[in-house]
Order: sequence, then structure tokens, then C-alpha cells
Amino acid sequence: MVAVIGIPIVWTVVLAFQRVRLATLRKTGLVGEFTMSNFDRVLHTPGFADTLWTTLLYSIGGTFGSIVIGLVAALVVRRPFPGRTLVRASMLLPYVAPVVAVAFVWQVMLDPQLGIVNDWGRRFLGWDSPIPFLSQDSTALWTVIAFEAWRYFPFAFLFLLARLQAVPGELEEAARVDGATPTQRFRHILLPQLLPVIALLGVLRFIMTFNKFDDVYLLTGGSAGTEVVSVRVYQFLTARTDIGAAAAQAVVLAVVLIVFVAIYLRFFTARKEA
Amino acid sequence: MDRDLIETVTLRWLRRLVIASFLVITLLPFYYMLVLSVRPIERLLLDPGSLIVPFGELTVSAYTEVLRSAENGGQGFLIFIRNSGIVAVAATLLTLVVSIPGAYAVSRLRFFGRRQVNVLFLAVYLFPSIVIAIPLFVVFTRAGLRGSLFGLVLVYISQTLPVSVYMLKNYFETIPISLEESAAIDGAGRLGIILRVSLPLAAPSIMAVALYDFMIAWNEFLFALLFLVDKPNRWTVSLGLSLLSDGVEVPKTVLMAGSVILTLPIVILFFASERLLTEGLTSGAEKG
Repeated sequence: MVAVIGIPIVWTVVLAFQRVRLATLRKTGLVGEFTMSNFDRVLHTPGFADTLWTTLLYSIGGTFGSIVIGLVAALVVRRPFPGRTLVRASMLLPYVAPVVAVAFVWQVMLDPQLGIVNDWGRRFLGWDSPIPFLSQDSTALWTVIAFEAWRYFPFAFLFLLARLQAVPGELEEAARVDGATPTQRFRHILLPQLLPVIALLGVLRFIMTFNKFDDVYLLTGGSAGTEVVSVRVYQFLTARTDIGAAAAQAVVLAVVLIVFVAIYLRFFTARKEA
Repeated sequence: MDRDLIETVTLRWLRRLVIASFLVITLLPFYYMLVLSVRPIERLLLDPGSLIVPFGELTVSAYTEVLRSAENGGQGFLIFIRNSGIVAVAATLLTLVVSIPGAYAVSRLRFFGRRQVNVLFLAVYLFPSIVIAIPLFVVFTRAGLRGSLFGLVLVYISQTLPVSVYMLKNYFETIPISLEESAAIDGAGRLGIILRVSLPLAAPSIMAVALYDFMIAWNEFLFALLFLVDKPNRWTVSLGLSLLSDGVEVPKTVLMAGSVILTLPIVILFFASERLLTEGLTSGAEKG
């Protein structure tokens, strides 16, 4: 464990301070000359702040969306009904299916010429012209966030459903006898029980979305204002074969992530004490 | 009518509506994928909004093109399927070989730092794979492992191991120690206890972990892209499919046929073991 994960982490940090290119890779030692130029280059390449901002919007949007949809899903399949197992299983499909396949289906569905969404939109919703969802700046980021929420709501769904089923039935029964309506019971009985799980999901999903590479890379390739930090790391690594800069960018990613998680945890532990 | 009744009735209908719309948003994309893969591309261009394939229109030409080998003008997916299969099975088996004893040790034996293990797992599990990817890229380039399936298997093990150990550890902890102690009194050695008592009891969750590892390895994309991209005969299905769209004008129907081939094994495995997995997944954390 330590060997496979720990060493690479340290090495990334070291690489971030070295001048390494793919061509010079074989010559560079672990303790070479150290330099800040990678960070300088990363921070001053145009678009650095935009990328960070995009990543933040993407993570918050994706986290929020997946938790809200997951909560709704968990609430509707909480009680038994005919076909419940099937419904539950199909709700997990977006999560277990291979990312490459589902990203392509979305791409084709949203395609301006062939896509079913634009065809139906023009036929039934009266759109004047097809909307290039994934290639225009005004919609691309939102589409990617919607994809993220769609693909990861099952994750929130599983956690929330497990918690909902652990809420004792007497609690709700007592509230019902006291005259609480269904929405009141949700607000005052279920929601307080779910809050810790929701808070945990918030951290987990935020971290995972913040680091996400596949989804954005496959849907838009980082174009149309959707370049997130991990896609940028990849660009540095492959297109420019600038390993030092890629590592520096990755370190920036990790540091920003740690800062956000720390703020979040502080906020939540403070609220718990209050 | 009082508020309670109004709410109850409204919510009952709302619930049915919501369930129906969930079925649509989760299943429709997969159905659409299937429909497109069996329609001729000319028909698709004329009528992109149709979700029904007239019987006479059914065609498997997209599949034959995807599966035919590259020399015969196809996309050579058979080789990709073989590669993905080898990598996923190897990664799953090796992960189990390491994680079963590891998880057992963490759950049963006392050793220094045992309490910190959970935190360590969580940290590893949440760590950005793109950050780990860079040094691995460097090491593998140096060691000559970049471009080999064996290297990819190694990386996948590092991805599946933390979660596997964590899930199995949680399960081993639910097996009462008294069971093992009574086996010990009956004269069984430590190894005998593990093989005859603990492992059979843990079989369902080992299955769940195995399926889960297989899915991670089969679906993985980033590392395959980084390590194998210049070796076309070693591409996995995910990678081959993703590069298909970059190539010279490939019809969408072929793209969808490839997607079906990539998705099908996972969906079959998933529905075959749904109950096992749903329970297994919530008992351990998982990577998304």
C-alpha cells in the first residue's frame, strides 16, 4: 500500500520542483536541482484561474446535483412496491456502466444533427435550431454537471437508502399519530436523521468530483469552458510532455483540495457543536 | 379535506410519477445505445428521433465492423475484448490473493498502527488518481513497463486493493471470534481455521468484492489511456472505443455498437449479482 500509493505521492511533489521533460526523463535523478520554475509556469499559463474556477463550479454542481437526485430516489423507493428490486437495480446502472460508453451515449443523444434530444426538442418543445450542448460555452459546463449528477446519484442513493431503512418505524408512527403531515414528518423526523450522511456524502462526492478526469475529458475534451484541473494536468503530461509542470499542476490540485476539505470539515464540526 | 389527506394523496401520485421518470432517465440512454447500434446509419440520418426499430431495418453490420480485425478493415474489438478480459481477471485474482490475507490480518491480529489503518485507507482511496498517475508514468517509462498489460494490471491492483481490503475487513469483523476459538479448541491450526471457518463464511462478500474489482478494472480508462495509447494491439475496450471517435469519420452506429460491447458484460454481471453487490457496496466505501 505504502509502496504503490505513498511513494508516487512524494515523487509527484519532488517532480513538481524539478525541470523534467519526457525527453530528459532518463537523466533526471530523484535528487536533482530543485527549481520553482514549474510553479511559475503553471501559475502564469493563461487560463489557470479559469480552470480552478471551472473545477470548483463543476465539483459543487455535481456534488449538489447527485445528492439531491439521490435523496429523491431514496425517498421514492423506500417502501416496498411491485417491481421495487428492478427499479432499484436500474437506478444503479448509470454508476456501474463503463464511463466511456455512457459518455458516448450522452454525446450522441445531445448531438445537434443526429441526437434524439435535439430532434425531440425541435419537434415537441418548439426549439428553433438545434442546441450544440457540448460545444458552446453557455451550455457545456452545465451539461457536464448534469452528466456528473446523473452518473453519480446512485452513489448518494445507496448511502441514503441504507440510512433511511435504519430509521426506526415507531418514530414516524408517533409523529403521524401526533398529526404530522408527510412533509412535516420528512422535515422534522427524516431529514435530521439523514443530515450526517448528507454531510459525509458532501465531502466524499466533492473530493471525487474535484479529481475527476474521465468524464470531462470524454465529453468535451476540456473545450468550451469545461477545462478542469485534472484535464489540464493531462494536457501538460501528454500534449506538452512537460512532466515537471504536470506534477506542479497536480500539487496545486491537491493543495486546493485539502484547503477546501479543511474548511468544510471545520464548518461542519463547528455546526455540530453549536 | 385536511392538509394531511391532500399531502398523502398528492405524494402518492407524485411518487409514482417520480419512479417512472427515474426509470426513463436511467434506462433510456442504454436502450437508445442498443437501438442505434442495430439501425442502419442512413435511416438514423433521416429519422433521428425514433426509438423503435422496424423489424426489417434490423442490422448487425455495425457489430461486424466493430469486431472484424483491423487487417480486414474492421476495428479489431475482439483483441480489445481479450485484452480487457485478461487485465480485469488478472487484476481481480491478484487483488483477492493479496487482500484476503491482508483484510484478515487487519481484522484479527493486533499490531502497531492498527487503528490508523482505516484513515490510511480512506486517504488512499480519495487521493486523486491523476496525481498518482504522473510518477507511475515516469517509473513505468523507465522500467519499460509502459505499454505492457502487466504494468496496467499492477496499477489496477493499486486502485482496487484499498477498497477490497476495507470491505473484506468489515466483513471479517462480523464473524464472531468465538467461532474461530471453538475450531481452535477442536485442534485446528490458524491456517485451518482461516480455510475451513472464516473463508467459507466470507464467501458471499468475497464474491461481491471480486465482482466489484472486475468492474473497476474493466471500466477503467485514464491509466489505459496514459500507458497503452501507442500500442494499438494492447488497447482495452474502453481505450479502443474512446479512440474510435477520434479516427476517420466513424459512423455513430458503429460507436454505439462498440459501447454496447463494452457495457454488456458489466450489465450482465450486475443484474446477475445485484443483491450481493448492493449489500456489499454499502458495507464498504467505494470509488467513483
